[in-house]
Amino acid sequence: MGPRWTLATGAALTLAASVSAHAATVQITMENLVISPAEASAKIGDTIEWINKDVLAHTATARNGDFDVNLPSKKTGTVVLKKAGAVEYYCRYHPNMKATLTVTP
Amino acid sequence: MFVRLSAAIAAVSLVSGAALAQAAKPTDPQIAHIAYTAGVIDIAAAKQAESKASNKEVKAFAQDMVRDHEAVNKQALDLVKKLKVTPEDNDTSRKLSKDAEDKRAELGKLSGAAYDKAYVANEVAYHKAVNGALESTLIPNANNAELKSLLQTGLKIFQGHQQHAEQLASSLK
Repeated sequence: MGPRWTLATGAALTLAASVSAHAATVQITMENLVISPAEASAKIGDTIEWINKDVLAHTATARNGDFDVNLPSKKTGTVVLKKAGAVEYYCRYHPNMKATLTVTP
Repeated sequence: MFVRLSAAIAAVSLVSGAALAQAAKPTDPQIAHIAYTAGVIDIAAAKQAESKASNKEVKAFAQDMVRDHEAVNKQALDLVKKLKVTPEDNDTSRKLSKDAEDKRAELGKLSGAAYDKAYVANEVAYHKAVNGALESTLIPNANNAELKSLLQTGLKIFQGHQQHAEQLASSLK
């Protein structure tokens, strides 16, 4: 019982380690009210990191309600992607800032 | 240029009820002063709204305006300092300030939902007028590249504010 349990735990840990090794961080910049890249893609489990380089506060707000990240001036904010699909998002303070994120399984 | 400026003046007139004919070919120190004044005006309007508005979204919008316009004006001050340019008061700035004072007095007489609607409607019209002046007069006449670039970023910010105000206005109907 003891050894098998150890083996199973070891396998689970290995699996977890390999998943986290594949999860990437995708950086998206907001500068002078431009989101770049305006079209980004990532996989479920990846982290999106928005970098706000402006002196103004921005948000990354998904139209479908998936996320609403506050980005104070000169700060970053992150979200871990949990489901697949194309998500349009914008800044609530400056709705002319728009971009798309495509999340694949 | 003159025709486009007149159009911008007509747009401003809707807000302020007067012409800004002196802005035909402003210099960089005058442009800096006009742009800074336009920000100060919107901050003053927003501070009035922070205390008078009853709608939560309108109050939040006013806070956004104070935060953004203060940040932009700080950048403008830093830039004129760096460039050793002294912003020069001019008839356009004076007229803008005077008209804005009148508008604030007018809005000050309203309350409740009527105030909220009138404030947001004025924010739509005011940002539209300022954006028109930036596009037709202030940006094209700016000589210094850094000033021009700051005005161009300002235009994007204020276009964002205009859209935000328009969305807010339609939600108040």
